[in-house]
Amino acid sequence: MENRELKKNPLSFQIDPAKFAPATDEEKAQQLTQRESVSFFKDAMRRLAHNRMAMICLTILVLISLIAFIVPYFYPYTYTQQDVTSKHLAPFEYSRKEMAKIAKGQDVFPHIMGTDNLGRDYCIRVIYCTRISLMVGFISAMIVVFIGIIYGWLSCYFGGKVDLIMMRIVDIIYSVPDVLIVILLSVAIKDVISQSKNDLIIRLGPGMISIFIVFGLLYWVSMARQVRGQVLSIKEQEYVLAARASGARPSHIILKHMIPNCVSVIIITAAMQIPSAIFTESFLSFVGMGVSMPMPSLGSLASDARSGLISYPYLLMFPAGAIFLIVLSFNLLGNGLRDAFDPKLRS
Amino acid sequence: MNAKFLLYTVKRFGMAVLTVFLVIAITFFVMHAIPASPFSSEKARSDATIAALEAKYGFDKPVPVQFVNYLKNILRGDFGLSTKWVGSTVSELIMGGLSYSVQLGLTGASIAITLGVLLGAIAALNRGKLLDKVIQVVTTALVSMPNFVIATLLLIIFGLKLKWFPTMATQEGGMFLPALSLSLYPMAYITRLERSAMLDVLGQDYIRTARAKGLRNNKVIFKHALKNALGPVITYAGPMMAYILTGSMVVENIFSVPGLGRLFVNSMLRTDYMMIMGVTIVLAVAIILMNFLADVLYKVMDPRINLS
Repeated sequence: MENRELKKNPLSFQIDPAKFAPATDEEKAQQLTQRESVSFFKDAMRRLAHNRMAMICLTILVLISLIAFIVPYFYPYTYTQQDVTSKHLAPFEYSRKEMAKIAKGQDVFPHIMGTDNLGRDYCIRVIYCTRISLMVGFISAMIVVFIGIIYGWLSCYFGGKVDLIMMRIVDIIYSVPDVLIVILLSVAIKDVISQSKNDLIIRLGPGMISIFIVFGLLYWVSMARQVRGQVLSIKEQEYVLAARASGARPSHIILKHMIPNCVSVIIITAAMQIPSAIFTESFLSFVGMGVSMPMPSLGSLASDARSGLISYPYLLMFPAGAIFLIVLSFNLLGNGLRDAFDPKLRS
Repeated sequence: MNAKFLLYTVKRFGMAVLTVFLVIAITFFVMHAIPASPFSSEKARSDATIAALEAKYGFDKPVPVQFVNYLKNILRGDFGLSTKWVGSTVSELIMGGLSYSVQLGLTGASIAITLGVLLGAIAALNRGKLLDKVIQVVTTALVSMPNFVIATLLLIIFGLKLKWFPTMATQEGGMFLPALSLSLYPMAYITRLERSAMLDVLGQDYIRTARAKGLRNNKVIFKHALKNALGPVITYAGPMMAYILTGSMVVENIFSVPGLGRLFVNSMLRTDYMMIMGVTIVLAVAIILMNFLADVLYKVMDPRINLS
C-alpha cells in the first residue's frame, strides 16, 4: 500500500499525493522527543531558578545556615568564654593582653564583631544565635506542615458535618491571639522546666519549648485551611472530572493531580511561617522569656545591647542585622516561591 | 439582605464570645497548672502565711469552683488582687496603664492606616516606575525588621542624635516616637495590601467606564478606585490590633511608657499570676473584638460578599 503510486487527475481539486511522503523512522523519533514531559514541580523549580532575587536569597540562606552550623566547631572562641581584659572591644580591635601576644609573634584570632561587656567574642555569639533562630524557624515550619496537612486532609476526606465542625474549630483557634498564648505558656512552662533533669529541655529553655507547643496548637490552622481549600477546589476541577471520566483510579488522581497541586500551597504557607516563628522567638527573648540564660538569642543580645547603646552601637547592629537578613531573605524567597508555584497569582 | 446580615452579625458575635471564653479558660487553667504556689518568692514565708494568703485570694477552693468564681468576677470587671503589687487590685493597675496604651495604639494605628493607604495607592498609580520600586523596597525592608530594632533605631536617631523628640514618653510629645515605631510594620503591610488591591480595582471594567464617561482622574481614583480597594485593609484591622498590642510590650519598655504592655512584661518577669491572667484576658478581648468589628464592617462595605 505504501508503495502504490497515486496519480493525480490534472483536473481534480484533490491534493497531489506525490507531495506527501511517509515519515522515516528518524523523523518519527524527532516528533516524539520534541518536548520532554515536565512535571509541575520541575516546571516551578525552573521558574524559581529564573527569579534572580529569589535565587540570591536562597544562596544567602544556605550560606548563613552553613556558617551557623559549621563555624562553631572550629572557631577559636566559644560563646561562654569570658575574658575580663578584653571588655567592649570594637570590631577587629585587640586588647592589651592580645597585643602583647601578637608582639611576641603568637597568632591571635581577631574579634570580627568585637566583644561584649563580659569580654566574650561577639561574632561567635551572633553565629550561635543565628543557629537557634534558624532551628526555631525550621522546626516550627515542620510542625505546622505536619499537623496542618493531616487536619486539612481529614476534614476534606470526611466532609459534611465533620468538615463543618472541624472548620469551626479552626475558625475559633484562628482568632485566639497567638503571641499572648505563647507568653502565657512560657511563663507557665518556665516553672516546670526549671525542675526538669533532662539536659536538652533545660538547654532549649521555656521560650523555645512554648513556641514549639504553641505552633503545634495554634499556627497550623492557616495551613489546614489552605490545604482543605485547595483540595476542595481541585476536586471540582474539570481535569479531575476528565481523569475520572477516562477511568483513572482514585490513587492515580490523588498522586498525579491532588498532591502536586497541593504542594505549592504547602510550600508557600510553610515558607511564610518561618519568618513569623523567628520573629516570635526574638520578641520573646527580647522581653526576657526566650531561651534560658547561658544560651544567647538574637533577641536577648539586642536587649542586652540597649544598656550601652550610645557607646557600643555595634552590639545592637550585628544581631539586628542578622535577624533582618534572615527574615528578609525568607520573605523574598517566599514571594519567589509563590510566583513560581502559582503563576496565576503573579501581579 | 438585612435579615441575613443581622443573622451573620449575631452568629459572628457568638463566635467571638466563644473565643473569649476559650481564651479565659486557657489562661485560667494554664496558670493553675503551675505546680508552684503563686506566693512562693525569694522571701521565705511560713506555711501558715501562705495558707492565709491563699485563703484571702480564694486559692484554697477546688479549681472548678475557683474558675466559676473567676468568671463571675470578670463579668463584674473584677480581676482579683495582684499577688506581687501588694494592696492593688488587677483592675486598678490595668486601668492605670490603659489610657497610655490606648493613646499609643490609636496614634500608631491611624499613622499606619493613613500612610499605608496613601503609599499603596501612590505605588499602584505609578506601577513599574521608580517611585513604586522605592516604596516596594522600603516596605519589604520594614516588614522584615523586628519592632525592637525599629524602635531602638528611631530612639537613637531622632531621640538621642538629632534630639527632635523627647526620649521619655511622659514628656511633652513623647508619645510620637513610640507610636511611630509601632506603626511602621503595619504601615508597610497595609501599603502592600493596598497596592495589590488598587491594581486589581484599576483593571476593572467600571473604572474604564468611569474614565470613558469623561470623569476627572481625581474623581475616578478617589470615588471609584480607592473606595473599592479598602476591603483588604479592613480585614487586616484585627491582625494589626494584635501586632500593635504585642508590639507595645517591647516599645513601651524601650521608651518607658507606663502602659499595659510594660505592665504585662513586668508582671511576667515577677510571675504575678493574677496580673498575667487579667492583662492577657483584656488584651485578648481587645483583639477578638477588633476582629469581630472588622468582619462586620467588611460585609457592610462590600455587600457582594456571600454571607454564609
